[in-house]
Amino acid sequence: MSPVLEVRDLRVRFGSMAAVRGIDLAIERGQTHCLVGESGCGKSVSALAVMRLLPRGAKREAGAIRFAGEDIARLPERAMRRLRGDRMAMIFQEPMTSLNPAYTIGSQMTEVLRAHRGMGRAAAVERAEAMLTRVGVSAPGMRLGQYPHQLSGGLRQRVMIATALLCEPDLLVADEPTTALDVTVQVGILKLLADLKRDLGLAMLLITHDLGVVARIADVVSVMYAGEIVEHAPVGQLFAEPLHPYTRGLLRAIPVPGKVRRGEKLATIPGIVPRTEVGFRGCAFRDRCEFATQECAEPVAERVEGAHHWRCRLASGWLEAA
Amino acid sequence: MRTVRRLPLVLGMVVVGFAVLVAIFGPALVAHDAFTQNLAHRFVPPEWLAGGSPAHPFGTDQLGRDYLARLVLGVRISLMIGLTAVVLSGLIGTTLGVLGGYFGGWVDAVVMFIVSCRLAIPIILVALTVVFLVGSSLTVVMLTIGLLLWERFAVVSRSATRQVASRDYVAAAWCAGCSRRWIVLGEILPNIVHHLIVVATVDMAIAILLAAALSFLGLGVPPPMPDLGLMIAEAKDYMFFKPWVIEIPGLALFALVLGINLLGDGLRDLLGGESGG
Repeated sequence: MSPVLEVRDLRVRFGSMAAVRGIDLAIERGQTHCLVGESGCGKSVSALAVMRLLPRGAKREAGAIRFAGEDIARLPERAMRRLRGDRMAMIFQEPMTSLNPAYTIGSQMTEVLRAHRGMGRAAAVERAEAMLTRVGVSAPGMRLGQYPHQLSGGLRQRVMIATALLCEPDLLVADEPTTALDVTVQVGILKLLADLKRDLGLAMLLITHDLGVVARIADVVSVMYAGEIVEHAPVGQLFAEPLHPYTRGLLRAIPVPGKVRRGEKLATIPGIVPRTEVGFRGCAFRDRCEFATQECAEPVAERVEGAHHWRCRLASGWLEAA
Repeated sequence: MRTVRRLPLVLGMVVVGFAVLVAIFGPALVAHDAFTQNLAHRFVPPEWLAGGSPAHPFGTDQLGRDYLARLVLGVRISLMIGLTAVVLSGLIGTTLGVLGGYFGGWVDAVVMFIVSCRLAIPIILVALTVVFLVGSSLTVVMLTIGLLLWERFAVVSRSATRQVASRDYVAAAWCAGCSRRWIVLGEILPNIVHHLIVVATVDMAIAILLAAALSFLGLGVPPPMPDLGLMIAEAKDYMFFKPWVIEIPGLALFALVLGINLLGDGLRDLLGGESGG
């Protein structure tokens, strides 16, 4: 089966700053692909590049973005607009600001249907109500008449998800959809996303910095660092046997209840993320890596073992050897 | 506390509401005509002063015209000028500001350059030139002020647009496949309107004062129209002997402008906008 979304060698730069430095992604129907990394590693920019919504000042350079077999990197804006909201949808981090305060929930939701599907008002309202029920909003008829400020954060995120899914898209891009929510609400939203993915056969690109979210929902994980995907593997494999020193550092830094003793310091990764100019060579993690050698300043080839890809000079089994 | 904070708004609404009612119905209700002269009854003092008569509650002017009738018509003219000027300048300024704020880059640079140019033009001098070229009339005053007073609209709508354009719901609208036209008119504009309402009140007050100043200088509404500024100008020759001829139109102008400003302040607090001026 060919993937719904296939990204090849995507590069984005802001002036001389290389924000995304050649990433590959492939997401199939019914699959959740998590893009993990710390702030500023280029994960949100990658998502925006996929939607072709890069902010001013950002320039996409190379790369093919194939969506349902069609290269949308070169699609005219008009055709792109027909895809957005219809075949591909996106939800955002801040439920507090991602609904327009000037309109009711109902008019924002029906607007999408009327624009893409040419639905009449009554049919659109009915569909919006059904979708709100589907995402677990009680009394949807009442909610449709309300304004965003009358809704809680979790409820707004559910409305956002319902709006994104109105036209039954093939691809859902979710940029930190649970980061701004309470932990208890987070669980509900993640469960909802997982259910929807299964029921509707969505391909989902989920961006997060929270490895807890990854463990709960991902099928495949790509770990990003300084604009590159440094490791890519099915979720079980990645957690069981991280092969890139950066991924290992990340996993070690997670506090595990019962394992961390009082007074004991959590593991950290020393140093800061380097600024990667265009033309940066070698491994971007080398200044922070305890295994770095001279060799790491040279371009690093990707290693592949089954479904596990990683970009490091160290072969699998290095941990045992060290 | 709540009522104290709301006081400016209520006061402003009462004053402006009263002025609007006067402007609409006043001229029909006053018994006298604003233009009919009666030299036998020059400078009849207002009713509350010695020698006043109930026939002319606010007295008569130097040509024996009923002062109340002229005042009421003057308020109507002032409000007309203010309203037209605000609508005109609002259209120009908001268009420029939203374009600059939304597109940024060179569009924004051009908009800001036009705003700077406009700020360098003294309105009084332009009005003088226009009056010299085409003669003075009510229409000329309204157009001159309306075409020149838009810079506040432009600056405020520009910064508000920039703010709103970076909100997630604008990005969400893009993701929903909305057109650029809809993003600007449907997503951004409704969310900056509260800023613009406040600017409109401020600009209206300024337009009315400006029109009065122009009339006072003889560049505005031509006689015998009873503009408030013109009434003050005509009264200034007699102010030391008959202070009420300048006090009445002066106080009316003061109250009107104060009322509009209070209304604007109150609306700003009520709408929670952090509008600049």
